Amino acid sequence: MAIEGDLAQMGAFLGAGLASVGMGGAAIGVGNVVGNYLSGALRNPAAAAGQTATMFIGIAFAEALGIFSFLVALLLMFAV
Amino acid sequence: MAIESDAVEQELELAIHPMDQFLVKPLFGGSDIGMFTITNATLWLGITVLCAIALMVLGTRGRAIVPSRSQSIAEVIYVFIYKMVEDITGKDGLKYFPYIFSLFIFILVANVVGLLPASFTTTSHIAVTATLALIVFVAVTVLGFVKNGTAFLSLFWVSAAPLALRPILALIEVISYFVRPVSHSIRLAGNMMAGHAVIKVFAGFAVVTFISPAAIGAIVAIYALETLVVCIQAYVFTILTCVYLKDALHPSH
Repeated sequence: MAIEGDLAQMGAFLGAGLASVGMGGAAIGVGNVVGNYLSGALRNPAAAAGQTATMFIGIAFAEALGIFSFLVALLLMFAV
Repeated sequence: MAIESDAVEQELELAIHPMDQFLVKPLFGGSDIGMFTITNATLWLGITVLCAIALMVLGTRGRAIVPSRSQSIAEVIYVFIYKMVEDITGKDGLKYFPYIFSLFIFILVANVVGLLPASFTTTSHIAVTATLALIVFVAVTVLGFVKNGTAFLSLFWVSAAPLALRPILALIEVISYFVRPVSHSIRLAGNMMAGHAVIKVFAGFAVVTFISPAAIGAIVAIYALETLVVCIQAYVFTILTCVYLKDALHPSH
């Protein structure tokens, strides 16, 4: 019984660690959004100010999925 | 197993657990929490509301032509949100500006107050953010049906796509519509929780003597980052509310 419990806990910890890999994906996504915004903004600075809000919406959507992976990790650590 | 492991690590774990700061505790003795128990969450929600009122009501009471510091902060925030609502939802969205503005002020003040040392971050709890997100979700859905009738459903029927693709797209759109309140609330709560937990993790490292200077430097850096993040998250929550409101007012794709 004790070994089974330990195994389950090990699985939860491993899963939490694996889930945090998803944050790397969110980092790539956010970097992509901001990088493309910046390269566009440097070509046409006049239009840049109007698109900041769109950029933030894009960041928010990309970031949400990273936060989901964080949530999965938290659930595995504390709720399972 | 625990006895043989590193004594320092053991002590660390006991000293500061990074998630302890999110515990909801009753303020006046006892340990059971009922519906109306006054907890630290209640206290900090109250402080948040009082700070917001103090900033907006007392700050602008002078109505000076040359504004004082608090008045100019209040005015800058007001104009900022007003422009945002106008830009995203258009002129007919301005009717809902008071609600969006109070949402922004509440989240911003709650986040900033939560950054104070030894305070309790109310927005790090999904119970709080889910309430805010669900209110937005229900309000926007009801508003969409009231304003547009069944034409609101055209939000899910992408008329720009080829006909064969539309049912699949409609399914995806419906799913993404119902995930909105989930992601809306978890984004805010997750960001707050993660940031504050990271600060506490580095505070745990600061106990160990030989890395404490580096850890304290890291706390300062992360604290600065968090100051930025709390403002951006309040902004993001509000801007997404505006986007959802725009979808409800003008559902055509």
